[in-house]
Amino acid sequence: MNIYDIIFYLFAIVTLVSAAFVVSTKNIVHAAFFLIFTFFGVAGLYILLGADFIGVVQILVYVGGILILLLFGVMLTNKITNVEIRSGTTQIVPALIGVGLFAGILVLTMVSTEWKSAPGEIPFTTAYSLGKVLLTDFVLIFELLGILLLIALIGAASIARREKE
Amino acid sequence: MGFLQFIWDGIWAVLSLGNFALIKILLIANIILITVSYLVYFERKISAWTQNRIGPNRVGWRGALQPFADVFKLLLKEDIVPEKANKPLHTLAPFIALFVAFSTYAVLPIGPAIQIGEETVNLVVADINMGILYVLALTSIGVYAITFAGYSSGSKYSLLGGIRSSAQMISYEVSMGFSIAGVVMMAESLSPIKIVESQSGLLWNALIQPIGFITFVVAAFAETNRLPFDLPEAEPELVGGFHTEYSSMKFAGFFLAEYANMIIASAMIITLYLGGWQIPYIETLNLGTTVTTILQISAFMVKMGALLFFFIWVRWSIPRFRYDQLMSLGWKVMFPLSLLNVVYVAVIIMLFNV
Amino acid sequence: MLTEFGKIFIFILVAILFTIIAIYAAKLIRPSRPTKEKLDVYECGENIEGTPWVKFNIRFYVVALIFLIFDVEVVLLFPWALTYQDYGIYGFLVGIIFLVVLGLGMAYEWRKGDLEWARPTPKKVDVKFEKKNLLQTNSQINVESEN
Repeated sequence: MNIYDIIFYLFAIVTLVSAAFVVSTKNIVHAAFFLIFTFFGVAGLYILLGADFIGVVQILVYVGGILILLLFGVMLTNKITNVEIRSGTTQIVPALIGVGLFAGILVLTMVSTEWKSAPGEIPFTTAYSLGKVLLTDFVLIFELLGILLLIALIGAASIARREKE
Repeated sequence: MGFLQFIWDGIWAVLSLGNFALIKILLIANIILITVSYLVYFERKISAWTQNRIGPNRVGWRGALQPFADVFKLLLKEDIVPEKANKPLHTLAPFIALFVAFSTYAVLPIGPAIQIGEETVNLVVADINMGILYVLALTSIGVYAITFAGYSSGSKYSLLGGIRSSAQMISYEVSMGFSIAGVVMMAESLSPIKIVESQSGLLWNALIQPIGFITFVVAAFAETNRLPFDLPEAEPELVGGFHTEYSSMKFAGFFLAEYANMIIASAMIITLYLGGWQIPYIETLNLGTTVTTILQISAFMVKMGALLFFFIWVRWSIPRFRYDQLMSLGWKVMFPLSLLNVVYVAVIIMLFNV
Repeated sequence: MLTEFGKIFIFILVAILFTIIAIYAAKLIRPSRPTKEKLDVYECGENIEGTPWVKFNIRFYVVALIFLIFDVEVVLLFPWALTYQDYGIYGFLVGIIFLVVLGLGMAYEWRKGDLEWARPTPKKVDVKFEKKNLLQTNSQINVESEN
């Protein structure tokens, strides 16, 4: 067990424990707070795997954008603090079956996949090669992403506008 | 002797670990603390000078020991947490603010690489290729400190200030990102050191892309919540904004974070637009490596001082924006301008192939 | 050997440690004498009215929504900006198309008024009527004072 393993398990524990808190806490704002740690843990794992660009972008977009949106949604809801989220256990049997099936598929994939493990050589920088790939092989996808975001923008804004009126 | 030598070797091994990382970390932590406390002193002195007052002058020579008096006062104050507050979040908010303010310094270079013995030491804690994005990411976490502070205090002023401020910060983050994209295009790198090196001679980004420079500076003011963008703590309407319900060291945490953020913003402006530690055409003078290095580090300090003075100067000269003016400035002026800047830089590179 | 991100990791740990010490060191020396009034939320010295969690303008949410989309666009633009100089006119065209699509989004928001911040419209006051009233009262006062 070298230092990388220790750091890996540290990030993994941070991710899992905070995720458990996210689903078990009764205050939505607390849940949002624990979600920060989950995202951080995942970002740490990305960076540990050598995907530094994805790691930093994970923090930039998920923590800096999506979670803020979530928090705003919670805070804009009237008197949210007086409402306790009901997280009692109902429908245990169907849930168990569903989760069991999903876990089975996951484990099966994990076991049956032939994982390629090459001796780790951390790339110098991933952002540059990412840009190269985006400008050559995936240039259509790059432009389509722009259009997809435009559609998302228009859709989201018009829904928000309808709510307002 | 052999034993002492052994201990010394051990200490040296730990200290020089990873390009003297530990020494640099401790050094930077101390520099930040001293700079921040004196920044507060200078802010008070400069504001007094602007308003024709004297300013702090009782503790020490011309009030030079005032920062220490302030720290002790804040240490000895009672810490009041309102009954209605959400206590865990209320305590955590200043932690987030301080943590963000301090961890950003890891990637900001203050001088060129220097030689100590056989090793080349970069005057930056960590030279990661993602440096600029790392700063952007941490800045976006800073929003949480204010949002949580506002939400958890259970006070109307705090909540209003918190939500106003987070909307303001995210609005200006967009134009900040696009301004940085212009710099990245020129430098072809996200590493602060490479960005500084790409601005050799008089190729400062502030001169090449003035629009981007202006949008970035405005965004930096908005991100640090300084006047004319200090809507979150607008005293006449919101008492103290998000930190209305904070006292003692928790208040000091927010206070320190604000000034630390000011230093980060200045360092970012210098790195991205004002050529970092470089002095134009200093190589032609043949001054020798040591003298040049010292001059370059002091050039960085001088630029930093000038920018900090500019920050304070603006605060005491310009009135506050109204909230709708602030938002329309962010979305309707700064954002299109920063987009235009990207196009402009693309054309410039096409034409001159710099 | 320490990688650059390892240094960041150590730096972040030091930052956390430092923050905890800075805020908790004071706990040993500061007094703690809470009273009911002290623990109340500040509201200009009056008794507290209602709950602080008031309803907010939906604008804040819309702003966050728009921000999120443009944030993702910035992130997508960075790899392009990094490699831009290697691809000449081709890279230029790719970037311009992306930026035009982005600009379209901005133009749409602008046109639809989502970038507009709601301002309270001041109540229309019937100035003429009030003026007349004012004149009347004034003249009355004048008459009264003359008497």
